[in-house]
Amino acid sequence: MAEIIVVTSGKGGVGKTTTSASVACGLARRGKRVVVIDFDIGLRNLDLIMGCERRVVYDFVNVIQGDCTLRQALIKDKRLETLHVLAASQTRDKDALTAEGVKRVLDELIADGFDYILCDSPAGIEKGAHLAMYYADRAVVVVNPEVSSVRDSDRILGLLASKTQRAEQGNGGVKEHLLLTRYNPRRVASGEMMSVDDVKEILGLDVIGVVPESPDVLAASNAGVPVIFNDDSDASRAYDDAVARLLGESLPLRFLEEPKRGFFARIFGG
Amino acid sequence: MGLLALFRRTPSSASVAKERLRIIVAQERSARGGPDYLPLLRRELLQVIHKYVNVDPEAVQINLGQDEGHEVLELSVALPEKNRA
Ligand SMILES: Nc1ncnc2c1ncn2[C@@H]1O[C@H](COP(=O)(O)OP(=O)(O)OP(=O)(O)O)[C@@H](O)[C@H]1O
Ligand SMILES: [Mg+2]
Repeated sequence: MAEIIVVTSGKGGVGKTTTSASVACGLARRGKRVVVIDFDIGLRNLDLIMGCERRVVYDFVNVIQGDCTLRQALIKDKRLETLHVLAASQTRDKDALTAEGVKRVLDELIADGFDYILCDSPAGIEKGAHLAMYYADRAVVVVNPEVSSVRDSDRILGLLASKTQRAEQGNGGVKEHLLLTRYNPRRVASGEMMSVDDVKEILGLDVIGVVPESPDVLAASNAGVPVIFNDDSDASRAYDDAVARLLGESLPLRFLEEPKRGFFARIFGG
Repeated sequence: MGLLALFRRTPSSASVAKERLRIIVAQERSARGGPDYLPLLRRELLQVIHKYVNVDPEAVQINLGQDEGHEVLELSVALPEKNRA
């Protein structure tokens, strides 16, 4: 049975699409059949991060409106056999996405035998974000260690607990996980940035991953190759750990401290 | 500035952030799922209090809680320094 996972945050630009792409690749790399859906109607971006932007012929809204079949709209990843992308529409009509239409597409994907359906939510708490989370079994709430991001995540947690199918049916609700990203251990150590424990304590949620702030993320988006493929990157290792935890492994968190610096660097700073 | 302040470490900016978030998140959580009139009640209470004491909106905390099965509306007002007995 497929599991539907929404990647959401409330606040914009915190790393949802980056996370959706890497987690989707990580799951597929472990042999799972995965589809990742861009719910950001009007602002298609996941295709760029996944590196398949030139292969988009049909999109999510085309499927909903019956312009094509689901099979025609699914873009098969060139690197991973079991990974598919469903691109967002670039229409400006926000009403193109309907609850009924989304449900039909999700049901068809489930019937098709996918193991994981990842929903990359748009920012905000409007219709797109609402529909991205509505049918979810699990949620990965992406948060930066920064006041507005944490507050917005808490609002999203409130919505997950009330405005989702699972919440309405009262069967245990959506399982929620926190993923901290753009984490800067040096600034945490100097007291300029909240720590994982601070954020965990405020939101009262289990942490599925901590991804460090890393220049490799920009390089990855430039290349259209999700950062998880960069074997030399701590961000890649952090995402791979998060994927393992999603699959039920228990691993200690890594990259919470800055790499050890030499004697002189410590004495003289810099 | 008192002598003590010289020894007291100024809190780090991260701990200030954490404290502010702790308060606002608790406040927003208690309002959530609660009655819709809460924000308006808060505004009107502030106006009434303001007639008697000049308090900052920040000094007025309204929380909806539970006590032995009853819903309890908690109101706490931190009075300014000079109004204290
Ligand atoms: N760990 C990281 N280190 C450095 N930069 C990062 C990291 N994660 C994300 N970024 C950068 O942050 C920006 C926003 O990322 P992304 O597009 O994934 O966010 P988003 O939450 O999907 O945004 P939106 O709300 O607009 O959909 C991008 O420029 C991305 O490269
Ligand atoms: Mg995005």
